[in-house]
Amino acid sequence: MKNNKLIEEKKVKAEMFSESDILEKKVSRKEFIKLGAIGTILATAGSRVFSLHADEKQQLSSQNSVRWGMAIDPKKCKEGCTDCITSCHEAHNVPDHHDKKNEVKWIWKENQQTLFPEKVSPYKKNENNLPYITLCNHCDTPSCVRVCPTQATWKRSEDGIVMMDYHRCIGCRFCMAACPYGSRSFNYKNPRSGLDKINSSYPTRTIGVVEKCNFCAERIADNKEPLCVINCKEKAIVFGNLNDPESEIRQLLEKYPSERRKVELGTGPAVFYLS
Amino acid sequence: MIEQGFKGSKKFKLWLLFLAGIILTAVATYRYQLSEGLTITGMSRDISWGFYVANFTFFVGVAASAVMLVIPYYLHHYEKFGPVIVLGEWLAVAAVIMSGLFIMADMGQPQRFLNILLHPTPGSMLFWDMLVLTGYLLLNLIIAWKTTGIIQSKAPAPQWLRNLTYLSIPWAIAIHTVTAFLYSGLPGRHLWLTAIMAPRFLASAFASGPALLILLFKLQEATNNYKFDPKVYNTLGKIVLYGMIVNIFFYLMEFFTAFYSNIPSHKETLTYLFFGLEGHHKMVPWAWASALLGVSGIAVLGFSIARTMQKGLVFSALLIFFATYIDKGLILVIGGFIPSPMGTITEYSITLPEFIITAGIWAIGLLIISVAFQMTLNLKKESERP
Repeated sequence: MKNNKLIEEKKVKAEMFSESDILEKKVSRKEFIKLGAIGTILATAGSRVFSLHADEKQQLSSQNSVRWGMAIDPKKCKEGCTDCITSCHEAHNVPDHHDKKNEVKWIWKENQQTLFPEKVSPYKKNENNLPYITLCNHCDTPSCVRVCPTQATWKRSEDGIVMMDYHRCIGCRFCMAACPYGSRSFNYKNPRSGLDKINSSYPTRTIGVVEKCNFCAERIADNKEPLCVINCKEKAIVFGNLNDPESEIRQLLEKYPSERRKVELGTGPAVFYLS
Repeated sequence: MIEQGFKGSKKFKLWLLFLAGIILTAVATYRYQLSEGLTITGMSRDISWGFYVANFTFFVGVAASAVMLVIPYYLHHYEKFGPVIVLGEWLAVAAVIMSGLFIMADMGQPQRFLNILLHPTPGSMLFWDMLVLTGYLLLNLIIAWKTTGIIQSKAPAPQWLRNLTYLSIPWAIAIHTVTAFLYSGLPGRHLWLTAIMAPRFLASAFASGPALLILLFKLQEATNNYKFDPKVYNTLGKIVLYGMIVNIFFYLMEFFTAFYSNIPSHKETLTYLFFGLEGHHKMVPWAWASALLGVSGIAVLGFSIARTMQKGLVFSALLIFFATYIDKGLILVIGGFIPSPMGTITEYSITLPEFIITAGIWAIGLLIISVAFQMTLNLKKESERP
């Protein structure tokens, strides 16, 4: 009895909001469609502004798609070696202007305590200064992508790489303010003036645009691993599909503890550091 | 109508010529910036926004503050503001144009700016900022132009004009709120990541904008032989006083949260700004100058209002204008980048070309204000002639 009454009540409520009823209340069909359209636009805008679907676990576990990621073993990284950096910067025509102000870099070395300040213990000797390789984290919910007013930077849906369109970038540098990792550089100067020789198989940039690591998207298209990975003699960098449980990177991350930079910010970095 | 804006004394024409000179120098410097790139500014990889963006933020506030004339008149029937409202709207027009120009000056590829409309991105606050600022400019341009146009005929404002003016009230709040959202939604920039960023922006805007109006009115009296009602000054002064007190109150809230919670990342930038950090103190004199100008401005202003001393009121408007300009036009934007995401400190200093281009945009704003005020007051004088 009680249940029936409830169902009836629900029915009445549903009818109150049915389309025919609205039409009777002198909301014309045109207006009704208009309201619907406005609602859809607002909902789309809302879900874009606030990352409503940013469930990281869900994204990491979806098996059907590729999700490129990187695992770095800093203990293997040799001091004084810059093979990964020079091979990347030479191939991608990353300029060197020889001053900090106009600096452009895709991959470089920092101290452990710079990347993981919360790991610093006042009693641990030496190890806080281990050199750590750093580059764009190709985040799951990249804040640089969220703020870009022209979609000149975007997350590739097929494999999670955060890309740059150097021809669309207006140089507002909003992405640089939004990136919590300092991974982005701006061409304050003509980039060609900072290149000794130009690799003609990769484009140079123009003045006034932002650039950063692209996970060697141009090599991935040819089924090749990124340059920093293959040029590291110590095999300190492993690259692979995080969505594939059989991949080397997944095996490593399942076996050993690892950490990522500033996970508390909700960005979901795809670059892991084995600890 | 516009020809009335150029009718004036020899001194007025020389003033316009002087502004034009600054603008031309700035245009030449901007051409230099276009060819050399933003390397000619003080900005760097770590401090990727500087004086241009800071000025942009400040002038969005000045533009929004036009509502401080509109609200008392339209919502509270404060009749004394009737004759001066249009000047506030002209100031808003000039300030929005300045904001837009500062953004253009800051862009690495300004010729591509229409990409923002070509690839509309509702997730980007900059996209919304461009929309609301363009809308606000059109709104104020129409309102100010029409209001100026009916001065001579003494016709009452048509209903559509009043409706547009009502619309401009929430719109003004929107432009400064969206501008605050450019900053307050960024992860990892702790000075900006604060929920009271938008309220702070509005409070400082409602102090700085009316303070600028007081100064501009006084300048008009000194040069243009036009007298404003002394009550207008006093009421504007009260608005500045409340705005500035709330602004400083909000600022102190930031200090409490940062230092009482004792969380290093929240304290670092404020420490850098007011006391210096790891041997870097370039901003310390500016931060204290802003604080002292603000506090002394409040004291002088309160005293002057109580004693209806106009000279003191104008002087305190000057103090508060500079206090808010240093705060928003320098400290807030640059401070947000210190320390960098890597924890390093890079300092910033304005370069000469950057300063000249900024001065040029100021001159464009002053030119618009001078002509618009001259036009409005000339028409008023004519209509008041028996």
